[in-house]
Amino acid sequence: MMDPRLPAAAAPFVAFTTLLRANGFAVAPEQTTAFLAAITLLGPRSLDHIRRAAHATLAPPPERREAFDALFDAHFLGTVALGREAAEPNAEHVRVQEDRPGGFEPPASDDSNEAGQAATAAEALSMRRFGPADEVDTLRRFQRALPERLPQRRGYRRIAARRGPDLDLRRVMRGAVRNDGEIFRLPRLNRRKRRRPILLVIDVSGSMKARTDAHLRFAHALVRAADRIEVFTIGTRLTRVTRALQLKNREQALATASGLVSDWDGGTRIGDALQAFLAVPRFAGTARGAVVLILSDGLERGDPKAMTDAVKRLAARAWHLSWMTPLAADPGYRPETAALKSILPHLDTLADAGSTERLCLHVLNLAQARAA
Amino acid sequence: MVVRSKVAGIDSPEALAHALTSAFYLADDGLATAAYLGLALGKPLLLEGAPGVGKTEAAKALAGVLGRRLMRLQCYEGIDAAAALYEWNYPRQMLAIRQAGDKPVDIYRDEFLIERPMLQVLRSPDSTVLLLDEIDRSDHEFEALLLEFLSDFTISIPERGTLSARERPVVILTSNRTRELHEALRRRCVYHFIGYPAPEREAQIIMLRASSVAEDTARAVVAAVGRLRREPLTKPPGIAEAVDWAEAATVLAKGGATWPDAFKRSIGVAIKDEEDNVHIAPRLDAIITGAAA
Repeated sequence: MMDPRLPAAAAPFVAFTTLLRANGFAVAPEQTTAFLAAITLLGPRSLDHIRRAAHATLAPPPERREAFDALFDAHFLGTVALGREAAEPNAEHVRVQEDRPGGFEPPASDDSNEAGQAATAAEALSMRRFGPADEVDTLRRFQRALPERLPQRRGYRRIAARRGPDLDLRRVMRGAVRNDGEIFRLPRLNRRKRRRPILLVIDVSGSMKARTDAHLRFAHALVRAADRIEVFTIGTRLTRVTRALQLKNREQALATASGLVSDWDGGTRIGDALQAFLAVPRFAGTARGAVVLILSDGLERGDPKAMTDAVKRLAARAWHLSWMTPLAADPGYRPETAALKSILPHLDTLADAGSTERLCLHVLNLAQARAA
Repeated sequence: MVVRSKVAGIDSPEALAHALTSAFYLADDGLATAAYLGLALGKPLLLEGAPGVGKTEAAKALAGVLGRRLMRLQCYEGIDAAAALYEWNYPRQMLAIRQAGDKPVDIYRDEFLIERPMLQVLRSPDSTVLLLDEIDRSDHEFEALLLEFLSDFTISIPERGTLSARERPVVILTSNRTRELHEALRRRCVYHFIGYPAPEREAQIIMLRASSVAEDTARAVVAAVGRLRREPLTKPPGIAEAVDWAEAATVLAKGGATWPDAFKRSIGVAIKDEEDNVHIAPRLDAIITGAAA
């Protein structure tokens, strides 16, 4: 409901923020206030001023700027947003897809957001059926065990600890004040442990078809259990699905994620897709010091040199790089293809991705495996 | 919300853009509007963009325009209250306790307080600008620490109580977007994303910042840099690199090198990654001759 004390002229601007929320932009009440104040301040001389005020105060993320502008035009100019998706670019380049240009943010509570937008979108996107999850139990146990067993490193933040290299002088002085200037205890500081970030890359090409659904369910469990994680799918394209997988409800999350991916069961251009990943500095940065897991059979149809080069660069950034292939389930498996052979020296592990249980075990044992 | 329509004699985005130009910074309409709104609404200004597009320069120019001292706080993982807000002077506290003997002594007075940049800005908001640089390098704990400061401009010191600013200080945050900032932080700020400028504007920026560079050189560099940014490079050249490249090529040309050669030999100031160099090497000649044409 509109606040009756607001002047009538403010109504379209408040309505615009409501429209934004319904389309999945996070707009806080204080941002609406700032937006109105900004328009008052600039004096709505032209629509451009209003647009710039909206950009500054409502802060749409740059990758969703186009969707934001389309909504702005639709609301203030009455134009219908057409052709928001760019035309299919040149097939030579692997296309990078962000989490859906006109998409939605995962709602804070996953049952419903104000507009019920997530639920309807998820229903509309049920293009793909996810089979009955018989590994539910395995994944549940995995989720519970993971936070304790993720690889850690020493962080740079210091916290109070029983032992440590530095004195906590602040607590020393407080103790001294309590005890008439006498010091009885010397509390110490130590560096806090931090869990390493995870980067998961899932191959969704035709040759991996049988395992793709299970891999996405595994990804969902991983996203729910780890705090710093990024998930991408590769096929003929690179798609970021982290946000979709953050939804708590598994079916909803998987349906949303599969709605984002447009290259299901297609060809494989692993090398180009990984190059595309490395070419976006914001994505490439997520591999730094991370546990990198690539779920792929490595059956590259493109140039094996592109793949080798990309894996080499990825290995240089990652803390641990494992290539997990369902083909390794066969005990007699040896990497035969030129591409897989040439990346072998850069991998930390070539592991078995034959079943969800193997995947889970591999991730849980990473910390020890690397220490050994 | 306290709204000041006029800050330091600046009463519109256009006036601010004009003032910034005289401080050798060319701001586009979006940046001028966001910066003006930040000043007028008393909110922090959050600038995001790729490395080298001039986020830190914008903060410096803004401080120059306002005639205030820039307090720069470089963020890093583990940056904490002791580095950003305040710290107690422990040796002096110790000494005070020892000297006091039997008499009671207050070791949490001002004389024992060491002011770090954020507290300094809080105490003299009318003469300083706070720059929280590369906030994405800090961790979640520091972001949480910032929330109180950015919304109310207060700092709580457990031993002393809450200190608040007499007036709203000017605060600028920059981020390279290596990670996503928390929503709570973003919504407290006025936001602007600085993209790569249009070729025309970038040529102007180069000539403004490097006065020795001729217009033709600036245009050629802008064209070449534009092509380089379309390549899948680990570290695409920013505006700073474009300025350096134009300057470096000019210096080499004055030393007698021919133009395409001067560009090629000074590529090291534009491309600063060995893999990028290897990637671009086969096409470099075509890019440079194409740009100079």
